[in-house]
Amino acid sequence: MIKTDILIIGAGPTGLFTVFEAGLLKLKCHLIDALPQAGGQCSEIYPKKPIYDIPGFPEILAGDLTNNLLEQCKQFKPGFTLGERAEKISKDKNGMFVVVTSSGTKHQAPVIAIAGGLGSFEPRKPGLDNLNFYEGKGVEYIIKDPAIYKNKRIVIAGGGDSALDWSIYLADIAKEVTLVHRRNEFRGALDSLEKARELKKQKKINIITPAEITQLIGKEKLERIVITKNKVDTNIDLDHFIPLFGLSPRLGPIADWGLEIEKNAIKVDTFDYQTNVPGIFAIGDINTYPGKLKLILCGFHEATLMCQSAFKIINPGKKNIFRYTTVSGIDGFDGTRKEAKKPVIQSLNHND
Amino acid sequence: MSDINITIKDRDGHIHKILAPTDMAMNIMEIVRSYELAPEGTIGVCGGMAMCASCQCYVHSKHAIPEKGEEEEAMLSEAFNVKKNSRLGCQISLTKELEGLYLELAPEEL
Repeated sequence: MIKTDILIIGAGPTGLFTVFEAGLLKLKCHLIDALPQAGGQCSEIYPKKPIYDIPGFPEILAGDLTNNLLEQCKQFKPGFTLGERAEKISKDKNGMFVVVTSSGTKHQAPVIAIAGGLGSFEPRKPGLDNLNFYEGKGVEYIIKDPAIYKNKRIVIAGGGDSALDWSIYLADIAKEVTLVHRRNEFRGALDSLEKARELKKQKKINIITPAEITQLIGKEKLERIVITKNKVDTNIDLDHFIPLFGLSPRLGPIADWGLEIEKNAIKVDTFDYQTNVPGIFAIGDINTYPGKLKLILCGFHEATLMCQSAFKIINPGKKNIFRYTTVSGIDGFDGTRKEAKKPVIQSLNHND
Repeated sequence: MSDINITIKDRDGHIHKILAPTDMAMNIMEIVRSYELAPEGTIGVCGGMAMCASCQCYVHSKHAIPEKGEEEEAMLSEAFNVKKNSRLGCQISLTKELEGLYLELAPEEL
């Protein structure tokens, strides 16, 4: 059981900044995210795109913002449960929330902060007959453990970064890698495109375009697929089929947590962004209230106010006063201290 | 008056005749959201960068819409339910030339 003060669901910008604000109040945080890395949409959808409305940054790449937020909160030693989706919530006999993930990891905290953006990212699945039947029997949408593909025959479908990058990565591990895409052009980083071209030359990756997977075949598990190119079908024997058509967000199990939902978002009180369930807050893009704007900067503001109420729940009756970091400095949970330099006070008329 | 009349068939098959401004630098995805013709969170997921296909629509009228850019082509090649008249709403700016435009929202990808 992982125990913490504030359990944050969603490791996007709002969730990461919550760690910092909570840390100033000596509260410890742990984050759960369905994606295998922190950053939410900023790292999953548009890491190389600029953002122009982060106060103090005339322009910053979404990926750099994520890295900065991780750097800013690291002295408060956040814990992470990544690649797992928060599924179930309950209260134990001590009034603590217990959240269990899709992989069964248990977390316990007195306060929950849902900073889940548009929801958890779920793989987009191609419309193929029997696809569901073969899930876990040769069809995977997310690569969690590349080692399982050692000496296997793999077919990857998709035309974006992840299809390219995983084809390149698995080319060294797998026995055979075939990349199938509907068009001849791929969308990816220049170095990935060049690497894929090179591996194709070396016959380490077989690239079939413009083509589509049209049929899945196999008795107990996936054994063969049909690839259709220019109306001609080709059968390929394989061990794994990995469709990588990106991810799309779903509110998912949070919708069943007894929270008031309006327009796919969680209703909150603007006093402290608490939901209708005391102790559960919703901050960032996932919440709604009159006048709500889905902006990262609004998420930062919401996280800051939320932490003040979280402190009162976690430390009932304890006195605390709001302070400026410039005045108080920052004491990290890792023993580090950041503080403003003291002015030098010396007489200029002293004669030795 | 810089508004144009456009007709949008929503995902439930309901037809909406709406007025759309051409002087606010808006696109089709944004006008759909502003009239709430699709539930929040099911359209414009990436914010309008042609990086998701949640605003895919089928253009039924014969308007001369600017051609698809590379990013739109790439995204549509990975989208589902794509037809010959598929476009990403976020890549179509509202201009006077689109007066009378008729389009249909593609089904939500599940």
